[in-house]
Amino acid sequence: MTTASGASPTRPPLGITALGAYAPARVISNADFEARLETNAEWIESRTGIRERRFAAEDEFTSDVGVGAVRDLLARDPDALSEVDAVICATVSPDALMPSTAALIAMQVGLTGVAAFDLSTACSGFVYGLSVAQGLILAGTARRVLVVGAEALSKVVDQDDRNTAILFGDGAGAAVVGPVPQGYGFQQFVLGADGAGGSSLYIRCAATKLPGGFEMAPGVGMNGREVFKFAVRVLGDSGNEVLAKTGLTSRDVDWVVPHQANIRIIEAANERFGVPMSRTVVNVDRYGNTSSATVPLALREALDDGRIQEGHQLLLVAFGGGLSWAAGTMRWWAGTPSLQPRAAAAAEVPA
Amino acid sequence: MATFEDVKDVIVEKLGVDADKVTPEARFVEDLGADSLETVELIMGLEDRFGITISDEDAEQIRTVQAAIDYIGSQQ
Repeated sequence: MTTASGASPTRPPLGITALGAYAPARVISNADFEARLETNAEWIESRTGIRERRFAAEDEFTSDVGVGAVRDLLARDPDALSEVDAVICATVSPDALMPSTAALIAMQVGLTGVAAFDLSTACSGFVYGLSVAQGLILAGTARRVLVVGAEALSKVVDQDDRNTAILFGDGAGAAVVGPVPQGYGFQQFVLGADGAGGSSLYIRCAATKLPGGFEMAPGVGMNGREVFKFAVRVLGDSGNEVLAKTGLTSRDVDWVVPHQANIRIIEAANERFGVPMSRTVVNVDRYGNTSSATVPLALREALDDGRIQEGHQLLLVAFGGGLSWAAGTMRWWAGTPSLQPRAAAAAEVPA
Repeated sequence: MATFEDVKDVIVEKLGVDADKVTPEARFVEDLGADSLETVELIMGLEDRFGITISDEDAEQIRTVQAAIDYIGSQQ
């Protein structure tokens, strides 16, 4: 056993103790946009790496998508929610500004009465949420925390805006944060935000202008060049920073699980922290940018196909509107049914 | 001082083109085949290599290899 876990010896080890994910059934291909927008499928794929994404049904909203991820988690591990005292929902497409989407999800999965709140750091929300969950537990406020990253961005994006309509999809991931054995779990987090870049990526709400007078358009507003430059640099820098804080280098990383916005951002950022694409989990081709859901969706996929296994060193990196960023290191623990490949989990169900 | 060779290195790396295609007169989009994101990657590569910041407005004016050399020279 090395001391490379990065956890303080006096800090009880905490990590992900259950994981579920959900993507709506409706598949939208690049060709589906050709009919409505002045664009073409090849152009979309070469610029973004996205081939298709999922859209929620007409009457399916973010809380429903989030509940889908929690139900997936429960199907794999029926006891996973015991001791959960708080629910955090990271989302930028909430059902409403109030009630919180977290409260609506908690109600639907039988967690009535526990703490529940939404977290608004856009695409970095899930990684932010893991860190906040760790804090709630270390402070003694909660024993375990359910962190849901859920989005129904198709309801928010202007479907006639070809710059943004093609990029986003719907989906959710749900993780329970709780105690894990010594030597596993969360090591370090790096969180940040810079409102000066707020106008680069926004969704309008009560105000029509941002400080400084920037006029916001309806739908999702994005300055693609600015976001690209910010994303590549902040993913590289925050990834390197959290590795250094953990006492690791990129050579120690078994898997990078990055926010899935655009394959070219992932590739350019990887160059900066020196982890090859062969050790990077990518599923942007099939889901597009699902904001707070990308990291747990990618994690779930890499667990199901057996890429991520117990003892692996993970690096999670994400960036989003705010502008915001979050990076985390963790050593994977696979001690509960939902943290193992789908096949292995299914094999434990009595015949 | 940015030399032609220094700038050429960045262009070859970011645009993935043959070094002999990179002449002072070459235009990034028309002659070297850069798409919109590659031009952003190229600008970022020049910023990193020469320790400068290139605003969006300025970046739009930098369309040829020589223009990049001149711009970098004016910022250093």
